[in-house]
Amino acid sequence: MKLDVRMPIGLFFVLVGALLTVYGAVTLHEPGASPTGVPIDLVWGAVLLAFGIVMVTLARRARRLGV
Amino acid sequence: MTHVAGIDYAVMGLYSAFVLGIGVLLRRSVRTSEDFFLSGRAIPAWVTGLAFLSANLGAQEVIGMGASGAKYGIATSHFYWIGAIPAMVFIGLFMMPFYYGSRARSVPEYLKLRFDEKTRALNAVSFATMTVFSSGISLYAMGKLLHLLLGWSFDASILVAAGVVLAYIFLGGLTSAIYNEVLQFFLIVFGFAPLVFLGLRAVGGWPGLSARLATVAAANGYAPGAYTRSWAFMGHAAHNPVGVEWFGLVMGLGFVLSFGYWCTDFLVVQRAMAANSMTAARRTPLIAALPKMLFPFLVIFPGMIALVVTPPAASRAPSAQVAPAPGAAVTVTATATATAAAAAPAGVVPPKLDPRTGAPLRDARGRVVLDYDLATPMLLLNFFPAGLLGLGLTALLASFMSGMAGNVTAFNTVWTYDLYQSYVRPGAPDAHYLAMGRIATVAGIAISIAAAYVAASFNNIMDFLQLVFAFVNAPLFATFALGMFWKRATGHGAFAGLVAGTLAAAVHHGLSLPAGASVGVKGGYLGVLATFPSELAQTFWTAIVAWVTCFLVTILVSLATRPRPEAELGGLVYGLTEKPRDAVAHWYERPVALAAVVLGLTVLLNVVFF
Repeated sequence: MKLDVRMPIGLFFVLVGALLTVYGAVTLHEPGASPTGVPIDLVWGAVLLAFGIVMVTLARRARRLGV
Repeated sequence: MTHVAGIDYAVMGLYSAFVLGIGVLLRRSVRTSEDFFLSGRAIPAWVTGLAFLSANLGAQEVIGMGASGAKYGIATSHFYWIGAIPAMVFIGLFMMPFYYGSRARSVPEYLKLRFDEKTRALNAVSFATMTVFSSGISLYAMGKLLHLLLGWSFDASILVAAGVVLAYIFLGGLTSAIYNEVLQFFLIVFGFAPLVFLGLRAVGGWPGLSARLATVAAANGYAPGAYTRSWAFMGHAAHNPVGVEWFGLVMGLGFVLSFGYWCTDFLVVQRAMAANSMTAARRTPLIAALPKMLFPFLVIFPGMIALVVTPPAASRAPSAQVAPAPGAAVTVTATATATAAAAAPAGVVPPKLDPRTGAPLRDARGRVVLDYDLATPMLLLNFFPAGLLGLGLTALLASFMSGMAGNVTAFNTVWTYDLYQSYVRPGAPDAHYLAMGRIATVAGIAISIAAAYVAASFNNIMDFLQLVFAFVNAPLFATFALGMFWKRATGHGAFAGLVAGTLAAAVHHGLSLPAGASVGVKGGYLGVLATFPSELAQTFWTAIVAWVTCFLVTILVSLATRPRPEAELGGLVYGLTEKPRDAVAHWYERPVALAAVVLGLTVLLNVVFF
């Protein structure tokens, strides 16, 4: 297979995760940023970023090993 | 209307760029029609498995299951734990060896190899019609939703979404659809998981949700656990909100509809056919079953929560103004919504409005009718701040697109291989069929858009789709089961059985009516001989009648007609086909081991929520 699907998926989540994390950090104390009391943009952005990094790492590893 | 911030648009824009990018990157790998329609049979099992699941994750899943969750409670999980998992295990273990092993390029083509040309033609035509119609319903639902919640133009929403799907399938064919389905799968999981987390937190976890739903159950005349226990009240149709008794549920949904869909529908089977080996093809539905069994928590829970949750004070929810549905003459103001909400406290689920007057609709007992299809989207708007809202909306868009792409890729394959190549222009060079596949993609999407404008008058998308599946798919499983496991079944038998089964479905539906419904699309158009407690009960029994009719007619006509010689049935029928050997490194990669895990976990879930 020419394209490892984990690479675009990983990159997408890295970008969206980074975007949400930064946005969540910048707007942390703004009214309406945490309607439920949980800084969810910040928390979930970090989760997405971590998932994206794992996917990219797996894709790179598979490429290196020639799997 | 909710204000969508720049950050939300940025997430949606990124998503669009990535799905189109995947199509562009894969364009170079599409050289033959097999690359375009079957991904060159070169995709690993975990990818086809997630695509198998995602192709089914259309509007009816995310919006419809949330709607059913608000309407019926946890009993909606029967669509998964009874209505999907057993069938997914069955196709993986027993049917995939024939689909994949026969080298058929589509499900109708298997019917041609096993039976005859007319059985294939009947299946191909009905399937192709159904896929574009389903795709149209999906588009319609999306356009309506985006217009209602965000004030986006209905026409522009469906044209842009259809355009994106068209572009990535046109460029990369099935591989592009499958890759994007995997991205869409993760997006839907990550988009809805925080919704469930925040929603459950707001209602006090599962105990809090149960307590609140007990109040709703009491108000509707049910026992306290009617919305939070899946089996306990299935003894009698009047004791549960679904309005179905256990036999109709298990036979109608769990056996006929479920096996009819998961085991014969080319939309999902096509993903498994793209796998890179027989073992991978057999593991595809089993891998899909693992996340599938957990999906009730992701898509049903939001509906249940939306019914009883108190919206957070700081939410940016759309209570200011709700735009009218396309074509409606009125604008509904906050006052009407607030008055209706006061009359029927129902969490964040808004009332269904009369399109002419803008007033909330009421049922025969004077209770406000809720717009259940808005349960999940309203929860999203109430609980997600800017940023995460973009992710949630993108997940919604992804579900619409993956469902549509599933339909379109199945349509272009069946049209090109089973109709065009078979009846219009056989014997042309491969490049011609590849070009036809791309033309069929454009045509399929154009018809879907037209169907979107037609499919406008149904309350719950799920109920309607189940009805369509009942007519077309319910008899199908009888045909496949007999075809694969009874070598004596003949082409004449299969064809007569399918026609008789579909007719039986129409007659049964035409002679029955759900309680409180009026004669028309809901049934009774041939006279009302039977009344069912609910629309779903009628649908399930229609399916049972269709299946039994097809099963019996196929057997009778087969016995009266000449069977094909056994030598022609190798690879197509159980008993005349060599058992597949699993080429796996570890025992847990064997389809049988995976199936045992899947079934064990499903039983456990049924017990926990009994």
